[in-house]
Amino acid sequence: MSYDRALSVFSPDGHVFQVEYAGEAVKRGTTPISSVEDSPTGLCYANGLKPTKGTCAVGVKGKELVVLGCEKKSTMKLQDTRITPSKIGLIDTHVCLAFAGLHADARILVDKARLEAQSHRLTVEDPVTIEYITKYVAGVQQRYTQSGGVRPFGISSLIVGFDKGSDVPKLYQTEPSGIFSAWKANAIGRAAKTVREFLERNYKEDMDREDTIRLSIKSLLEVVQTGAKNIEIAIMAPGKTVEMLPMEDIETYVKAIEQEKKEEAAKKKTGRTPGTGSAAILTRPGGSGSREMAGDWEWQKNGGVGGGAPEEYGIWRA
Amino acid sequence: MCTDHGCASFIDKAYRCDQPEWAMPHQAEARLRVDEPHEDQLLERPTHLQHTKQPFPGYHQKMEVLLGITGKDFTIVASSKAAMRGATILKAQDVKQRQLNKSSLLAYSGEAGDTVQFAEYIQANTQLYSMRNEADLSPSAIAHFVRGELATSLRSRKPYNVNLLLGGLDPITLKPSLYWLDYLASLAPVPYAAHGYAQYYCLSILDKHHNPDIDLETGIKLLNMCTDELKRRMPIDFKGMTVKAVTKDGVIDIDFDDDKVVKSA
Repeated sequence: MSYDRALSVFSPDGHVFQVEYAGEAVKRGTTPISSVEDSPTGLCYANGLKPTKGTCAVGVKGKELVVLGCEKKSTMKLQDTRITPSKIGLIDTHVCLAFAGLHADARILVDKARLEAQSHRLTVEDPVTIEYITKYVAGVQQRYTQSGGVRPFGISSLIVGFDKGSDVPKLYQTEPSGIFSAWKANAIGRAAKTVREFLERNYKEDMDREDTIRLSIKSLLEVVQTGAKNIEIAIMAPGKTVEMLPMEDIETYVKAIEQEKKEEAAKKKTGRTPGTGSAAILTRPGGSGSREMAGDWEWQKNGGVGGGAPEEYGIWRA
Repeated sequence: MCTDHGCASFIDKAYRCDQPEWAMPHQAEARLRVDEPHEDQLLERPTHLQHTKQPFPGYHQKMEVLLGITGKDFTIVASSKAAMRGATILKAQDVKQRQLNKSSLLAYSGEAGDTVQFAEYIQANTQLYSMRNEADLSPSAIAHFVRGELATSLRSRKPYNVNLLLGGLDPITLKPSLYWLDYLASLAPVPYAAHGYAQYYCLSILDKHHNPDIDLETGIKLLNMCTDELKRRMPIDFKGMTVKAVTKDGVIDIDFDDDKVVKSA
């Protein structure tokens, strides 16, 4: 019997496969898993289907703000990017959500959250706290892992904002299984591991506005190749609604970061300052995020044998 | 109980009683529900509404003042500050208004619990629309939505007994608008409006002095003419007015002198 068909059936070793597949949808974007061979639990993807490219989202807390960064999917020439829905959305005036995974699923989840936010205002005359709405979103996601006739949401989300009358930034993550957790900075989606590790190395407490935005963009640049054009930044501050950073501003940040990286590389080459690295933010040699994914992928395909074992990429040297 | 007629005879439900099909409930009288209104109460109600309760506005509800005035680039909405129950004033600083979104304002009067409940329900739905669509509903859209809700409510067992003025500015054209709605789900777009007894005193003044091109200052003057007349001739103290205006800058508070004394004629 195959245990990955029915949602509500455990496999003998305690897995609920549908939930794990949903996790894969978040990591890879919209991979249709159409047969058992496709399953992440199988040895390899026998049909050689390349997963379509998913996207990445980051959230970073500063001293009195919290920033959400998003990788925009590269669009086709004729697509109207201005009115194509974004992956960052408002749940209420003081709560912002970014997601990675299946867009179609996210629409439903976001809608449920918005409804709950207004319903909460109506019943208790107070806006939702960030924790409350996170619990609600995670609760919905959990419900869809335990009832018949449904499949889990292929969504991880970052929920940020400020509670009413508070200037303490909040950042939460939810997962398809219904787990939720609080973070200082985190990344979800494609190559989330790379970005999270970058954030782990470079996060500082109580960053000001500039530094927080910079860190968000710089961490995204680890995995986004095309630069400013494909980055979206949303900023939340106490008592204010969301501020979407204009494209030109993002461009300025990206240029400054790239310049800094170049100088850094030049210094390394001349070897004048070995090891000291005056720049604030450490980068990985070669600095392209696609390597992890490609490596990861190759490894899966070859059944764990060959060049790109993830562990090899897991060790970064500054 | 028999399955066809609900006969109280002790027949196993697999069997049927020996009443023929057309002999309808011979125990009909026993099934009459206590909460159904008495025959006499139904005479006034149209047949399709006879199962519902008749909403009946009390006199003290008509004593609440709601006023609305539009001009060339604004809509003023004003409501009296007295919260009344029967002949008693319970509160003198009541605000009978809710802001729905950036550019619309709802003033309400009517049965005590119903008003706030209904207004907040409308407010929550307008805000939900704004969150879902990243765009505000126009005053006209809200007015028609509210009318629909009131019409549904009217045909329910316990209708909302609420009268409303909805003032606003179209978020795109910036055209001011004012809608008059009552508990029977009438809806009328109007240049100026009043609810309750205030209608008898104010509409004639507004008929004479209002024109669509007035500026905000003139609008406020007009409003003061109305409230002065109310103080002069209406036999109750409505404890002053909450006055707000929707302009292109959003909803603004307008000072109103509650303590001004007007001599009776």
